[in-house]
Amino acid sequence: MKSFIWVSPKLGIPMVCLLVAVLFTAFVSELHGQEVAADSLKLINLNEVVVISAGKQLDHQKQHKPMSSLDEFLESSRSINMVKRGAYAWEPTMNDMGSERLAVTIDGMQIFGACTDKMDPITSYVDVSNLSEAQIGSGQQGSAFGNTIGGGINLKLDKSNFKPTGWTGSLESSYESNNSMRAFGGELNYSDEKFYINTDVIYRKADNYSAGGDREVLYSQFEKYNFSINTAYKLAEDKSVSATLIYDEARDVGYPALTMDVSLARAIIGSVSYNQDTLFGSLTNWESKLYFNTIEHVMDDTTRPGVPIHMDMPGWSDTYGFYSQANFTRERNRFFFKVDGYFNKSIAEMTMYPANSSEALMFMLTWPNVHTTDFGFYAEDNISFSKSSLKLSTRLSYHSNTVADDFGLNSLKIFHPEMDRTNTRFLKSFSAQYHQMMNDFHLNGGISYGERAPSVSEGYGFYLFNSFDNHDYIGDPDLKTESSAEVNLSISYEKPIFEITAEANYFRVFNYIIGTVNPLVSPMAIGADGVKVYENLDYAQLFNTSLLGRYAISNAFKLSGRISYHRGVDNDDENLPLISPVSYQGSLDFYKNQYSASLSVNGAGKQVNYNPAYGETKTASYATLSASFGKRFFLNNDSLFVKTGIENILDTYYSSYTDWKNIPRMGRNIYLTISYSIK
Amino acid sequence: MKTLKYIFAILIISASFLSCSTDNDDEPTPMNPVAGLIKIYEFSEADHTVEIYSEKQVLEVGYNELSIRILDKASNNYISNAEPTWMPMMHMESMSHSGPHSMLRNTENETVYKGHIVFQMAENDTEYWEVALNYNFNGEPMSMAQRVSVVQPVDGFRKTQVFTGADEVRYIMAFVNPKDPQVAINDFQAVLYKMENMMTFPVVENYKVTVDPRMPSMGNHTSPNNEDMVYNAATKMYNGKLSFTMTGYWKINLKLLNASGEVLKGEDITDDNPASSLYFELEF
Repeated sequence: MKSFIWVSPKLGIPMVCLLVAVLFTAFVSELHGQEVAADSLKLINLNEVVVISAGKQLDHQKQHKPMSSLDEFLESSRSINMVKRGAYAWEPTMNDMGSERLAVTIDGMQIFGACTDKMDPITSYVDVSNLSEAQIGSGQQGSAFGNTIGGGINLKLDKSNFKPTGWTGSLESSYESNNSMRAFGGELNYSDEKFYINTDVIYRKADNYSAGGDREVLYSQFEKYNFSINTAYKLAEDKSVSATLIYDEARDVGYPALTMDVSLARAIIGSVSYNQDTLFGSLTNWESKLYFNTIEHVMDDTTRPGVPIHMDMPGWSDTYGFYSQANFTRERNRFFFKVDGYFNKSIAEMTMYPANSSEALMFMLTWPNVHTTDFGFYAEDNISFSKSSLKLSTRLSYHSNTVADDFGLNSLKIFHPEMDRTNTRFLKSFSAQYHQMMNDFHLNGGISYGERAPSVSEGYGFYLFNSFDNHDYIGDPDLKTESSAEVNLSISYEKPIFEITAEANYFRVFNYIIGTVNPLVSPMAIGADGVKVYENLDYAQLFNTSLLGRYAISNAFKLSGRISYHRGVDNDDENLPLISPVSYQGSLDFYKNQYSASLSVNGAGKQVNYNPAYGETKTASYATLSASFGKRFFLNNDSLFVKTGIENILDTYYSSYTDWKNIPRMGRNIYLTISYSIK
Repeated sequence: MKTLKYIFAILIISASFLSCSTDNDDEPTPMNPVAGLIKIYEFSEADHTVEIYSEKQVLEVGYNELSIRILDKASNNYISNAEPTWMPMMHMESMSHSGPHSMLRNTENETVYKGHIVFQMAENDTEYWEVALNYNFNGEPMSMAQRVSVVQPVDGFRKTQVFTGADEVRYIMAFVNPKDPQVAINDFQAVLYKMENMMTFPVVENYKVTVDPRMPSMGNHTSPNNEDMVYNAATKMYNGKLSFTMTGYWKINLKLLNASGEVLKGEDITDDNPASSLYFELEF
């Protein structure tokens, strides 16, 4: 708190400049404004919204595979790819950038995984039963959720929002043949105009899956359950309070691509909010939230035979935070303001058990109790013109890391003798996004600049073993702030039955943080090839482009397709790791009289641009074929929905560039989901 | 926590103010010069007593730091003009020999004389160590001999090396610091003596000792940013840096080089050679 107050004079100047700029724009547009039809344009707030809404609407015709994991939902998004280390807890990437470069929040809450090896992206601590949608913003369009380079994802919780529906409930069950995945879910809700309560529970258990050709992938089992409750009460017509609690626990999770599994991954996520329709007369939709979450993650290798040395690697991450946000509309300007802050504690340790049990245990802190404090201010202005709109946004944050544990500080000083205990940064983000409509053409373009602080692993990691490139990683507390300049452009042609969009973006990331080999340091992990220390490259460049099309053949049949190309290189024109090759997807969907069916193809070209220095190999091209069929029945007021499908029909043996160490993906899989919803 | 700390600090400060105001005329109590040390031997004469202190309860094979002071029984004061010298002696069945030792010097407190002895071997049923002490008391030269008990280190780890170098000289190297190793870069200190004859063990100057700590239980990995030990003329010891990346058992592989860089003892660690013949061990 103290240091924040101390730094605020520094914060003040750019903030005032920004406000002046924003207000000036508002004023100018007011002067020149003609009559504006306020809803003539959809605002370009977010690039994409993935509808998840598990039970409440039973809107399953939009979902190829209801009750699939959140990971599969996210993977179906056109902006997100999932890095897989097994069948569970996939890591979302956007614009070919992973966790460190993304801001991922749950209902606006900052949460940070407790695993040093990225085995618990925070998307693994919620389930589809909790969520209504995933809001996705590419690049700085995601900065409303936090400091980011690649983009932001907010997982929005499913709430009844005082709809007068009374008691509702549903039961769902699904089975998948390939790994005998059993899932059971249920929810019970009550909602009226003064009060609502939503509860849901989901349980999943899976055995090992088999890749194409019936080749079993050992250590790919998992078991998890998730329980959530959220409730709200109207204090007055325009005021309400609400509270949320999510409990998520996974046990016995196998990670076939890694050397360790997980015996426990547990999150408790809670929040209370206060909502008021107006504030100071002119601000609207004022929402304030206090939240906390605590994560415990225990890596364990006791079930793996032949490990050279047995080790335990538990980690803990606790976050306390708040935000307060409101809208403000004035003429053609729609403002959104948000102040937010959080405090995170990340600790991880490693204990190795020597073969000779009389020897002392080998202990190290792999995350040295890093305390992160962040306070941010976000503002955006959506300005509507007759045929166009402009969105300006900014985020300004104070960000500080402190190594709270002396043991950990002394450990890191082995590598960085001059390091300070505390590192403070001021992070900035600015973006301008323009949308122009010309008859059936839509033109979207934007430029932006953003910054991010290094992650806990990048700044303070201590001998974190990466099984992909087989190196131990050491953090560097003195890394420079990574920043990115980004341009994006998309053109689409839209007709009622036909739509085609071409889009591209380019990121020039300065001080790009990546691990580089330090030949002077020898590895700790048995069998590791060397040690990499996180460093700033001068810059890196990332380019993503895709072409999307949709065509309604008839009312019942719709055809859609997408092809994308990605490229990422560093300042020496060397390939960056985990960059997608050419990939494509096509699907034919049918929907009529409560019947739905789909046939889809997914594939990727050969991974030509790979980098062996990061453990990558040339992943071969592949294509898989999937189909689904569903029917909804009405029984009095209730409805029953049955959906079945078959994935990877041809039982292809393949892996994609996102598969850690090229572990093969699932072979042929038949699933069946039954949902029953009670009104 | 922070607030608690502040409250605590304020309490202490106010307490000290209070105590100042009440006990204003009190002399500050002098620091006990042997605080933290254990009195292991006491030798009483008619008019004075000799006290021998050590950090450890028992003397061990290897480097032992000892403090000596002499109490004048008449004045009940410890004397500061004793000018003591000492000589450790191992009485073996067929012969006797001494061991490496420093001079006894005054410390910051003039009444405490400090030095170290490196015992090369442990006692047994028939062989034992004795420390002969010569000093002045009231202007008279005095001498005494105290039989001392020397055992192998209780932790069983090798902290002393007695070896013949490639130059056919007999050397004694003993571990001094870190006494309390940390996961950090530790100050590494050792003493190096050579055996000129049974009674004479001069300090070896200006050699160099390379340092390579390893964990044999964890793939024999090493640690970064160690510094080789070089001679420090002021302390007459060898100083370097030793980094430990985790707790556990560490084998500190060493190589002794003479002033012209020739290896006298020890080998490099390679895939085929997991350990040097010159090493120390520790565990924490």
